[in-house]
This record gives sequence, C-alpha cells and structure tokens, in this order.
Amino acid sequence: MEVGQLQRRLVDYTKSLLTEGILDDQFTQLQKLQDEGNPGFLVEVVSLFFEDSEKLLNDITRALDQQSVDFKMVDAHVHQLKGSSSSMGAQKLKNACVTFRSFCDEQSMEGCLKSLQLVKQEYYDVKNKVETLFKMEKQIVAAGGSVPKTE
Amino acid sequence: MSSTNTENWMKDIGVLDLTGVGGGSTSAAKKITALVVDDDSVNQTIHSKMLENLGIQNQVVRNGKEAVDLHSSGNNFDLILMDMDMPVMNGIEATRKLREMGVRSIIAGVSTCTRDEREQKEFMESGLDDFQEKPLTTPKLVSILHKLNKKC
Repeated sequence: MEVGQLQRRLVDYTKSLLTEGILDDQFTQLQKLQDEGNPGFLVEVVSLFFEDSEKLLNDITRALDQQSVDFKMVDAHVHQLKGSSSSMGAQKLKNACVTFRSFCDEQSMEGCLKSLQLVKQEYYDVKNKVETLFKMEKQIVAAGGSVPKTE
Repeated sequence: MSSTNTENWMKDIGVLDLTGVGGGSTSAAKKITALVVDDDSVNQTIHSKMLENLGIQNQVVRNGKEAVDLHSSGNNFDLILMDMDMPVMNGIEATRKLREMGVRSIIAGVSTCTRDEREQKEFMESGLDDFQEKPLTTPKLVSILHKLNKKC
C-alpha cells in the first residue's frame, strides 16, 4: 500500500474510534502534545496507562475474590482506573468504570462482578484498537510518510 | 487546532513576555515554574508534558505530603496543580497546609467530577485559586495561567 492510502486508512480508523466512543477528544489532545516535537510521548503515556490499568484490574479481581469483600477498596481502585481512562480519552472504559462504582456504592456483589467483566472487555478492546493505531502509524513512517493529524 | 495555536495562546496571555514589556521577546521573560501533585503516573506524565510544551519548568510529586515537604525545604513554585484524591495527604489537607505556611502560589485544584459537591466546596475553601475538572487539557491549563499573569 502506498503512503497516501496508508494515511487515509489511519485517518478513517481514528475517526471511527471517535465516532464509536471508544476514544474521545482527550486522546486527540494527547496526540497533539506529541506533535509538538516529542515523538514517543504518546507511546510512553499509553504504555504507562496499560501497565497501571492491568495492575488495577488484578487488584480489583483479587479484592472481589476475598471472603469478605471490601467494597470501599474496590471502589478506590475503580476510581483510579476511571481517572486515568479519562485522562487517556478512553471514553467507553471510563463509562464502564462509572457504572462499576455505583454497584460498589450499593455493595452489590453480582453487580460488581458483572461490571468487572464489562470493564475488562472495554479495556482489552481499547488496548487492541490503540495498538492497531500505533501499528498503522509505524507502517506510514516505514513507508517514508508522516503521520497525518486528526482534525 | 494546530500546534501553532499554543504559541498564539502563549503570546496572548503574555507568557512569552512576562515582564509586561511589549514585543513578545523571550529573553527578558521570567521562567514560570510549576508543581504537579498527583498520585496517578498517567496523569503525572500528561500534566508534566503539557506544562513542558508551554515552556514551563515543572516538578512532579505523588501526594500532598511530598508537596508540603518540598516547600518546607525552601522550594517555591508559581503554579501548583493539586489533585484531590491522594494517599498520605490529600489535596484539601495539602492546600490548607501550604496556605498556613504562607505559600502564595496559584494553586489550581484538578479533580475528577466529584459526586460530592460538599467536598468540592471544601477543596475550594481550603485555599484554591482555581478549580478545573479532569481531564486536564492545554486550553484549561492556559486559562489557569491567565490567573497567574494577572497576579504578576
């Protein structure tokens, strides 16, 4: 595929992620921060986000697995995940966290377990899609082109 | 918005020329310093980068106590971006403590949409100059900096 086609494909893909609500404007803000002379910034932040999120998901899973569940602690972890998802622009994931927190408030075990499933789903979904995005960017650069800005 | 807009905002609020003298030259401009107080490493990285892109020297600490300790050892910053929820010492306590210590910096509370309005009010009353909802964006940061410029 030639550069122009690759670039168009990337722009279309990014637009679809925004339309589907997987990512929101916050993500495009982060892309712009990178444009201003710091390649690798976005990859760095995203990697941090993945690392932190996976740890949080493990902590939440473990907390829900206890004999006596500490819902306040689960809520605290979900709150953190919500915060960083929001800063990343991972909108659907953030929304799943919001729902999760209301089940923590209600101390509903069933609700929490269902929410955890959903949150994990949304997390892996956004992870895959962002990784695909980065792959596309790499292909463009490898083909000698520059990554187009998302307007 | 293209990347040149950031420069325009900077000129607009006089960040590129803080001495008040016209011309927009950076040579006479005072370097603004900032402190990011947040326990989340993703937020730390993002906020620090935003500040960097605006030409603001910044440091990052993980909680309110570290922020207070930094000031106790004689450090000072023009701007403090204070998160609410942090372990050891949260944003409300830290802001209160810093004001008690006589810190005059612009302290901007940055927090996720708190379901608790009372908590947000308490945060403001602890001594904040401004409050911005997370996620922080460059435009929000610029609006905080307007306050800084007014103070100068």
